[in-house]
Amino acid sequence: MKRSKTMEFGVGLFMLAGILGLVFLGLRVSGLSLSAPTDTFRLEANFANIGGLKPRARVTMAGVTVGRVEAIELDTDWYDARVILRLDSDLEGQLSQDTTAAILTAGLLGEQYIGLSVGGAPEMLEDGDTIRDTQSALVLEELIQQFVSNMASS
Amino acid sequence: MKVNQPMTDVPFIEIEDLYFSRGEHDIFRGVNMTIPQGKVTAIMGPSGTGKTTLLKLIGGQLTPDRGRVLIDGQEVHSLSRKALFALRKRMGMLFQSGALFSDLDVFENVAFPLRVHTDLPDAMIRDLVLLKLQAVGLRGARKLTPAELSGGMARRVALARAVALDPELILYDEPFVGQDPISMGVLVQLIKRLNQALQLTSVVVSHDIKETLSIADYLYLIADGQVVAHGTPQTLDTNQDPRVSQFVHGEPDGPVPFHYPAESFYRDILGHA
Amino acid sequence: MQSKFKQGATQITRLGRKGCDAMEALGRAGVFLGQSAVGIPSREGWRLWLRQMHFVGVLSLAIVLVSGLFIGMVLALQGYTILVDFGAEQALGQMVALSLLRELAPVVAALLFAGRAGSALTAEIGLMKATEQLTSMEMIGVDPLRRVVAPRLWAGFVALPILTVGFSVVGIWGGYLVGVEWLGVFEGSYWSNMQASVSFINDVGNGMIKSLVFAVVVTWIAVFQGYDLVPTSEGISRATTRTVVYSSLAVLGLDFVLTAVMFGGL
Repeated sequence: MKRSKTMEFGVGLFMLAGILGLVFLGLRVSGLSLSAPTDTFRLEANFANIGGLKPRARVTMAGVTVGRVEAIELDTDWYDARVILRLDSDLEGQLSQDTTAAILTAGLLGEQYIGLSVGGAPEMLEDGDTIRDTQSALVLEELIQQFVSNMASS
Repeated sequence: MKVNQPMTDVPFIEIEDLYFSRGEHDIFRGVNMTIPQGKVTAIMGPSGTGKTTLLKLIGGQLTPDRGRVLIDGQEVHSLSRKALFALRKRMGMLFQSGALFSDLDVFENVAFPLRVHTDLPDAMIRDLVLLKLQAVGLRGARKLTPAELSGGMARRVALARAVALDPELILYDEPFVGQDPISMGVLVQLIKRLNQALQLTSVVVSHDIKETLSIADYLYLIADGQVVAHGTPQTLDTNQDPRVSQFVHGEPDGPVPFHYPAESFYRDILGHA
Repeated sequence: MQSKFKQGATQITRLGRKGCDAMEALGRAGVFLGQSAVGIPSREGWRLWLRQMHFVGVLSLAIVLVSGLFIGMVLALQGYTILVDFGAEQALGQMVALSLLRELAPVVAALLFAGRAGSALTAEIGLMKATEQLTSMEMIGVDPLRRVVAPRLWAGFVALPILTVGFSVVGIWGGYLVGVEWLGVFEGSYWSNMQASVSFINDVGNGMIKSLVFAVVVTWIAVFQGYDLVPTSEGISRATTRTVVYSSLAVLGLDFVLTAVMFGGL
């Protein structure tokens, strides 16, 4: 009987270790935070070109992550990309209407993310509003092309 | 003598016109048998005649191609799985190898049928198990694992397990094979005693003539997929059928040939010249 | 000419018979899985399951963890030499974690599980069959599928995903040891790059789904091979080999299919 008790204990430990491992994978490896699910609100932004931006990309403000890209879709009215952002609800009603959204690249070859910078208008963005002032992704090929044609014309 | 007229007894198992084949190989071609209640019936025959298969057919583990097996009026092979398992609670089977569960000790092996089929409290199970172990003389060995038992002891434990639920029928598959004379004697005595004490119907499958004759009330001899003779030990002993007398008296050559079928020895040796 | 034709026909017949046999075995295995996996859990069943968890889970832990550690360390070492050429050694954590979670942990843990626990399950059940324990259980009126097979099956289903988690965790830690402690990648970027790129649902979750599928397949093959074998010592040794071969092939093949569905955008 004693042997079966230690066996039960061993199996218990084994399963506990499995659960702890999963928690580790969640918190430490995938960076889930325990305080989630925090309240969020939704903003939209239209970009002429999103480059390599992907859903779940970070949205930052002064380098601090404040939200994620929820979805990207094609806006058939204007034939540009509509990006739906989910931001921490602390910022709801704190961002002025002339806030700009730019698609930035981490390092030369890194991931693309969205950087927000606040403007000075008195009206604030609310849930579901659209950011008007946007800056598309830098596409390396276009940049090179521009550079080459400038060289040629000068 | 009552023993000499088993057919007047109440039949417990009836086998009617049983056909069974395995692949291309016919094992039974129309076997008929009646096994009386409360008696020891022996089924004998040379090796390879399917005696163990017959037990499996009785136990419902194999399904015959034709014919039927009735146990206490119930047709074994038309029962639902549940009813079959219920019927099996009323039978015990002693396997050739003992077939003790290797992950349980002797005590738990005997307790196994009680634990699965009854809700008895632990103390009562303990008493019952010790009673059965006492009957086979192995009460002292209850803590041993099956790996620590000798062949004869394993078979006795298996016997205790087979009678744990006080079955009405017990099937013995080659109980004497590979036993030394002492354990053989012990087993013979146990089978006889259990049969008398518990009013069991016993079916013994064996090819050990001497031991089987000493305990059987009635005998069936099967060969070539059929019953070739049946009767009490006395009548079989004087049977004139060469197949019967060869088997009963253990003659090396006869209808069951010593030689495996082959072309003539002379031609085999000189034929290639 | 005539005989050549005849020979060809025999070959085709033989192929057909092989195909029929294979389909029949597959059907038998399916019925077998259905019959044994469904059962009413009882107190007794719980106890038996616990015992098998110990046998297939706890006892496989050592080999799985040690392998995980080494694989994580090798990944970091190999990854570093490649990434450093692009000046991207910061992405080491991301590389180690993604390779482990999506691919290596489920697959390698399943292969080790097939070798360590699967073969043992086959041999154990095969031995029970060869010594008539399963038959005698049936004669006592207990269904061996419930009593012997089901606890083993469920233990396998639960144990392998846990082992896979252990493999990933130890592997990531091994990558940390080599990458950060030895090769000098900045600790902060090891973790933060990992956290930025690993998604719990898509990477950890899909890895877990993979390992659950592998657990079902490997345990199923192992237990069925044991139950269905020819009850002789030769039969047992053959079935044990078959368990390892079949389950390894099944794991690798299914891995491709699952990866294509999960990450290939199909």
